[in-house]
Amino acid sequence: MKIAMRLAVALSAATFLTACGGGGQDTENETNGEQAEAFDRDPYPSTYTPYPSGAVLLQNATVYDGVGNVFENYDVLLEGGNIAGMGEDLDAGDDVEVIDAAGKFVTPGIIDNHSHLGVYPSPGVSAHQDGNEISGPVTAEVWAEHGVWPQDPGFTRALAGGVTSMQILPGSANLFGGRGVTLKNVLSRTVQGMKFPDAPYTLKMACGENPKRVYGYGGGRFPGGAPYSRMGNVAGYRNSWIEARAYQEKWDAWEADGGDMPTRNLELDTLAGVLDGDILVHMHCYRADEMAQVIDMSEEFGYKVTSFHHAVESYKIADVLAEKKICSSMWADWWGFKMEAYDGIRENIPLVHQAGACAIVHSDSDIGIQRLNQEAAKALADGRRAGIEISDADAWTWLSANPAKSLGIFDQTGSLEIGKDADVVLWNGDPFSSYSNAERVYIDGALMFDLEQPDFTPVTDFELGQPGEGDLK
Amino acid sequence: MIFKFVAIAASTSLICASALAQNLAIQNATLFDGETVREDATLVIRDGTVVAWADDDRLPSGLEIIDAEGAWITPGIFSAFSQVGIVEVGAEDSTNDTSAGQSSFGAALDLSDGFNPRATSIDITRIEGVTRMAVAPSLGSSLFGGQGFIATTTGEPGSIIERRAFTFINLGEGGASISGGSRPAAWATLRAAFGDARAFPTRYLAHSEGDALGRMDAEAFTRAARGDQLLLIAVSRESDIREVIALKKAMSNLQIGIIGAQEGWMAADALADADIPVIIDPYDNLPGSFAQLGATQQNAARLLDAGVTTAFAYFDNSSHQARLILQSAGNAVGSGVDHTDALRAITSVPADIFGIDGAGRLTAGSLGDLVIWDGDPLEVRSAPVRIFIDGVEQPLESRQTKLRDRYLKLDESERPLAYKR
Repeated sequence: MKIAMRLAVALSAATFLTACGGGGQDTENETNGEQAEAFDRDPYPSTYTPYPSGAVLLQNATVYDGVGNVFENYDVLLEGGNIAGMGEDLDAGDDVEVIDAAGKFVTPGIIDNHSHLGVYPSPGVSAHQDGNEISGPVTAEVWAEHGVWPQDPGFTRALAGGVTSMQILPGSANLFGGRGVTLKNVLSRTVQGMKFPDAPYTLKMACGENPKRVYGYGGGRFPGGAPYSRMGNVAGYRNSWIEARAYQEKWDAWEADGGDMPTRNLELDTLAGVLDGDILVHMHCYRADEMAQVIDMSEEFGYKVTSFHHAVESYKIADVLAEKKICSSMWADWWGFKMEAYDGIRENIPLVHQAGACAIVHSDSDIGIQRLNQEAAKALADGRRAGIEISDADAWTWLSANPAKSLGIFDQTGSLEIGKDADVVLWNGDPFSSYSNAERVYIDGALMFDLEQPDFTPVTDFELGQPGEGDLK
Repeated sequence: MIFKFVAIAASTSLICASALAQNLAIQNATLFDGETVREDATLVIRDGTVVAWADDDRLPSGLEIIDAEGAWITPGIFSAFSQVGIVEVGAEDSTNDTSAGQSSFGAALDLSDGFNPRATSIDITRIEGVTRMAVAPSLGSSLFGGQGFIATTTGEPGSIIERRAFTFINLGEGGASISGGSRPAAWATLRAAFGDARAFPTRYLAHSEGDALGRMDAEAFTRAARGDQLLLIAVSRESDIREVIALKKAMSNLQIGIIGAQEGWMAADALADADIPVIIDPYDNLPGSFAQLGATQQNAARLLDAGVTTAFAYFDNSSHQARLILQSAGNAVGSGVDHTDALRAITSVPADIFGIDGAGRLTAGSLGDLVIWDGDPLEVRSAPVRIFIDGVEQPLESRQTKLRDRYLKLDESERPLAYKR
């Protein structure tokens, strides 16, 4: 089984993502009862279940299916929580709510694969800084879901921006920052109530300036600990991978031969999960040369980077990223706030797309997450002005399908295809316009936001009884 | 098509650094003149200023004629709040002159001393249509952030058009934390500073310290304290805004503007009554701190409806992304602001707040700052195709466009890309 998983790692990204997309843990349990009993791989399971929904027919819309197609005067039927039908002049059966979407647009829900909502919530007071376990450079043992505050008002603003799923990541202070968690953007009393069912775990890693600044410079206490330099960063990752390999071999031997069960190590559980292909690596990395180093390192230790995040220099090695089938999760135009962001350009996203690599628009921002569609629009327009022709419909792959693939949830969501989760946005105009808003947001077919109905704007506990409670946002 | 424009601009730029302003007439424009939008408009610029505009075809001779073919033309965009040109790389302190936490000076800090017209952010900001900007200390700066200035975005020496244009005060939560730990401490300091500045220089004849300000700071604060200079105060919370309104009532000669004002809509009528202009970021809709629990993207529309003089700016990374003011204004339209009001909020209104005559408008006597757009200026997909400042055409190149052009084709079959420029 382990060998099979490692082979999968070496295969194409699509194969890899499918092989590991939510099924990794289940497969493991089926084929290895012994280890399933050894410890629970899913001790904080999702309790999310879709809310009740009736059948809805969105009629005569312009539809981006999210995998590169656009359809005019098209209908989309949501039923039983899924995309139940798409086509021209679909029959609305009895008990189907028909919504006239003429002049409006229907798209898959936006998926942000880089958010810190909940771990760096609003208000940004000192008590709310739960996104970076800065206590050491290697904290692969921490899990973002243990720091997510489900009452973050930011979730509601993201919902109004058409975001239906997101990955919450630990921050980038550490070489290994910990596990990320993928959420449905449905408010809940608990984080478990938001967790995307069966989404694979992810691991946040970070390149470059942040780890060496936070640790090497020791918060002003010179000299701090390692890493102090980019050299130290890479040595730090490699040492950890060597430990993880040894840990993995110990468990493999125990599974094969029995004997005393090895002592568990939370940090190495996560890293071994990466080596096993069960946990997807999302790595904060700005500079092209550093990404190339990390790619070599991943091959040295037999794992795969799923997506480089921020990746402001992906355009410099877009050919390599295409060949290695590694996604880039990017802003449209952020630059200059630190040295490794100095070479940011407006055409990064379209250049990555043009090279045949996987391009993703991400936010890393509680403001940016509210208008990722506009960020895609900027990149699209800037690319066209530079002679890079990409259709509007293709550009939507940056917002739903590609991020869904990077999170291993594309089998369930990320496109409008029959049988998939009805995570759908009805826009009141062209979603690539500054002036358009998400009018209705459906998650698993249930109406979770309606611009026209105040009752369908969620209000977090924090905002209840405060100025602006229930206000238009 | 686009490249043709770039090529024209680039070749022009070699001359325009030293060239006189062009004399030109633009016809068939969808012209926003700073107040209203006119179709099929004609605009004439001579010697760097707008001399006339008319709807007919009778034009003086000797003008370069540009047929806009219906394209949008606006005044150069006026950024009401930025740190463009006073920082190169945000996280590199050696390049960052936006704040001076270690300095013993406050009001005396003259931000124009740190301005570098060659900063890469200048070109990057200009080619998105911003031609003039108010440069202020960062919102996280000291209670007395210093003296802000107004500059063009030509990137040329001498592009500061007004030094010490305003005094920047950081009240509210920010000011509280750096002036003793509370809002009362910040206000006590501010009131003492007014006393010091108004008593300058008499109070300093015998010694160099006042109640709150040293001699140099008191001198620098004098103009604002006596109502001869704009006093730009950063506050967010409704109660803080009302305190500032009370200050204006108590000292009616003060020229006060408020920046931030996330809860401004909750005091909109009082702001309008007090004739205090505000500079807001229409994006601000999160309770990012306890000082802005009422933040909403409706702030802009509600302030405008109440008659408050309202300019827009982009607060999130206003050193490198001041250019996003246009997207911010477009989103305000998406949240109910009239399109023309949104254009005013990034042109004539900030020019008026900072008292820059002729900026932000394209009417007779206005400065020859204009942008020809390839679409609706407030749409995220639109961009400038030609930009003029004081009648001089500006290059549409930046370090970013050069990086883009180098990496458009990753072909190193003959030589490394480092040889391509």
